[in-house]
Amino acid sequence: MIRDTTWGAKLWPAAVWAVIGFFVVNLLALIATVIVSSFGRRWLGTWLPAEWTTRWYVSAWNEFQLADILVVTFQVVGLVVLISGLIGVPAAYALARRNFPGKKLVMILFLLPLLVPPITFGIPLATVLYRAELAGSLSGVVLANLVPTVPFVILVMIPFIEQIDERIEQAARVFGASTLQLFVHVLLPLLLPGILAALLLVLVRTIAMFELTFLTAGPTSQTLVVSLYYAVFASGVRAVQSIDAMAVIYMVTSLIWLLIALRFVNPTQIVARAKQTPRA
Amino acid sequence: MVPASQSAERRSILALLSGHGLDGLTLLVVPALLLVLGLFIYPFAYGLWLSLTPKAGGILANYATFFSDPFLYETIAKTLWLSLPVTLLNLVMAVPIALRVRLMRRQRLLTTILVIPITLGTVLVAEGMITYFGPQGWFNRVLLWLHLTSGPVKLTYNYWGVFLSLLITGFPFTFLLTLSYLSGVEAALEQAAATLGAGSWQRFRHVLFPLILPGLAITFCLSFVQAFSVFPSAVLLGAPAGPTRVISIAAYQAAFEQFDYSLASAIAIIMAVIQLGIVVAVLAARTLIYRGPAGGGKG
Repeated sequence: MIRDTTWGAKLWPAAVWAVIGFFVVNLLALIATVIVSSFGRRWLGTWLPAEWTTRWYVSAWNEFQLADILVVTFQVVGLVVLISGLIGVPAAYALARRNFPGKKLVMILFLLPLLVPPITFGIPLATVLYRAELAGSLSGVVLANLVPTVPFVILVMIPFIEQIDERIEQAARVFGASTLQLFVHVLLPLLLPGILAALLLVLVRTIAMFELTFLTAGPTSQTLVVSLYYAVFASGVRAVQSIDAMAVIYMVTSLIWLLIALRFVNPTQIVARAKQTPRA
Repeated sequence: MVPASQSAERRSILALLSGHGLDGLTLLVVPALLLVLGLFIYPFAYGLWLSLTPKAGGILANYATFFSDPFLYETIAKTLWLSLPVTLLNLVMAVPIALRVRLMRRQRLLTTILVIPITLGTVLVAEGMITYFGPQGWFNRVLLWLHLTSGPVKLTYNYWGVFLSLLITGFPFTFLLTLSYLSGVEAALEQAAATLGAGSWQRFRHVLFPLILPGLAITFCLSFVQAFSVFPSAVLLGAPAGPTRVISIAAYQAAFEQFDYSLASAIAIIMAVIQLGIVVAVLAARTLIYRGPAGGGKG
């Protein structure tokens, strides 16, 4: 490591750490505010609520019909994870193993839905889905959510598949493995960590995917994040604490999966798609 | 039964195709390709066609409506006025912080904390901000307690609410991208500069900065596009009828409140064109400023 001994070089890190500290403290306090408020009976004009209660969770559960919403959320997320794995992994395998004319164009096609923000392509997409009478139902929400997740799985899996030596597959072929045997006994065990990481990231992203679900969901196909939006949008109708209780339930659902995902992936992978191979 | 010559011909065509990398395995791309073509490319094409067939008037009537109604065209300036400063601030903060964090051995705790707002998403951040930055919230209480202000600072339901929400969700995104670019730069290059007597500013200015500039340009584009498409926080935390009536609100209202899908498509196309325009401008500027190898490797 390089060491600087000038005064500026000593003050600079302190300033940088102060900015990081300020950001992190405010971020954690913001989350703590939601949690504290959801457990407070009344919270007005004081540092902390005077009395604590858990009754807002009961009322949020009943008022917002959270049981139904959670079932819909897990149906949407489960289907999106399953389908994007089934479509994305084979496509990534083909793109990692074969060079064909027009491959660059195909790669750009898969990159675009990840670069264009959901609200920009969500409006034309929702229009098409409404014309096809798919929007407003669970299948419409799932279809819309697949648009960014399938390319995401493909782009995460390609470098992962490329690093697996093709000679392993050839060796299995030499010993007479059929395509199915090759897939089940050779490829799947090797690819499993990568598939798991990619699908967990899809799961975390789909729980938090607001725009596409918001634009395509009907009253019976709202996920948790969309219901939270409507609750905040109509705030004043319900008690703030009740909305906060719902927000805590949403946070718990998404952060549990984040914690599980972080056992398999580096946090930077959630934003940067391709894993940086460390240079020796 | 297939005649022998015909099946041989078939086989030779298949052999020719597989020579170009097209065989049964390549077909595994097809479902994914159909999905993107059907649910991404087709809606855009359909949207473009729809925007050119307005409810009334000639083919460009929707675009004429947009650019003649201040309530509509002013959304472009309002969105840029939010997204450009936030993106620049995020980038200016992210670079020095990433330079420092890069040297840390235990980055994981910090990166994990920073990934939380991205995971939770803008709706939850907006929900929390309403209380936290509100007049009775902890942020204003601390300011008053420290006697930094005489009355509570108004940070919600206005421009600054949306600005802060874009900072809270956008900064971690920008930072983590910058960090991943910086960790791709070979450490020996900086050590070589230090050996030759370059100070920390000189090392940054002449060694690191040119190396990460291509990455920074892409980071800027990605962060800007995200900020430009701000929607939930502009509605929940801003003044959606006034200073934070961003372009996505205009598009949403056209589609789902006035049910004018034709005008909504036109606004979505205008949005995409502006995003694309800024991205192309930044990437073009990048090649003007710096030409040469982009990687920081041993080469």
